[in-house]
Amino acid sequence: MDCDQNPVALGAYLDDELPPNDAEILRAHIGCCPKCAAEIADLVRLKRVLHTARGHFTPTAEFRRAIEQQIRRPHTRSRRRQLIPAFVLAAAVLLIAIASTQFLHRRDDFAEIADLHVNALASANPVDVVSTDRHTVKPWFQGKIPFSFNVPEFAGSEFTLLGGRVVYFQQRPGAQLIVAVRQHKISVLIFQDAPELDQAFEFQTGAKHRKNFNIETWQSQGLRFFVVGDADASAIGKLSQSLKSANE
Amino acid sequence: MDPEFFEAVAMPLFDQLYNFAHWLTGDRNDAEDLVQETYAKALKGFRSFEEGTNLRAWMYRILRNSFLTSRSGLRAQSVSLMKDDEADLSTLTAHSLTPEFLLLQQEGKQTVMDALGCLPVNYREVVLLCDMEEMQYKEIAQMLGVPIGTVMSRLARGRKMLRELLTAKPPEKASKWTVIKTPSR
Repeated sequence: MDCDQNPVALGAYLDDELPPNDAEILRAHIGCCPKCAAEIADLVRLKRVLHTARGHFTPTAEFRRAIEQQIRRPHTRSRRRQLIPAFVLAAAVLLIAIASTQFLHRRDDFAEIADLHVNALASANPVDVVSTDRHTVKPWFQGKIPFSFNVPEFAGSEFTLLGGRVVYFQQRPGAQLIVAVRQHKISVLIFQDAPELDQAFEFQTGAKHRKNFNIETWQSQGLRFFVVGDADASAIGKLSQSLKSANE
Repeated sequence: MDPEFFEAVAMPLFDQLYNFAHWLTGDRNDAEDLVQETYAKALKGFRSFEEGTNLRAWMYRILRNSFLTSRSGLRAQSVSLMKDDEADLSTLTAHSLTPEFLLLQQEGKQTVMDALGCLPVNYREVVLLCDMEEMQYKEIAQMLGVPIGTVMSRLARGRKMLRELLTAKPPEKASKWTVIKTPSR
């Protein structure tokens, strides 16, 4: 008998994948074809041996544990991948904490400047040297503060010098002048400039409106100036300008 | 997603997935990387897995696809480029190997395993899935994303190549596996 049986069909018969009718026909053929019978016998032997490939390679117990841990803690599957987000998160939290601290610190420092102003006005003795004469006030600070500054000439302007006192900010002695404009009183606070002082504030030069106070600050000749009061911003600006001119 | 549930249903497949991965890669470290990647992807995508469908086929498909895109997978494919599966079926006549194939009985299991490791990966995987894992053609076809006819022809060709390797012919397209010695007659 001349047999040219398709090996694909023999394989499908072996794997029990032929439709029932085709399988029956092939079974009948194999029953009377020695070549196909031998072929099937060989394929069965091969399939039987190949089945033992299952379990040929076995994972280590250590690897099994690693996979189990990976499933239980899905975010720890890769140490490198795990560390990067953790590091980024930690850095972000740290940055936010630092930024918040700095921001609050600055707010507090501006608030403290305003407090010095309010404290002076609320005091029974707002000024320690009572004088409208700048030539009286300026010398009064000699020996009380470790620096000197110029007081502008207020005569002929809308401003009136009421006097001065020594204040402390961040453990540094400074000068506080009280200047009146109409019914408003404005404080001029002068301290020796220092990096810590610069970093303590949200802005180092310019004017801001904070809690109903107008504040202007700048740095000149190694000194840090603050002009703070409830007068309008233009009055604060004018006073600041005259102080800047006097201390350039 | 419940990791405990995933562990309960996926870890029983661990040994056979590792075995299959080792058969594909031929290397313990590569196999471990592949299995680790498979479980990570499966865990991540477990939400999309529909309960009641074939978890084993799903996990094998993830493993096999991960293998194809891995370094060892790309290497294996580059050495297993063959003509189209259907092209040479005419040469696949049955009976041609039967007399020599009796050697199989003498050579033993290890020789068959070595020969299996020498098969190009696209034939090796089909033979493994059918004869080792006893998957149905339909399941294999779905997993590999090929028609059932391709599975059948690859299977026939893969088995023929195995038998050729076992019957005195030195492997022409040996992979990283040990080259099979020519059996003495």
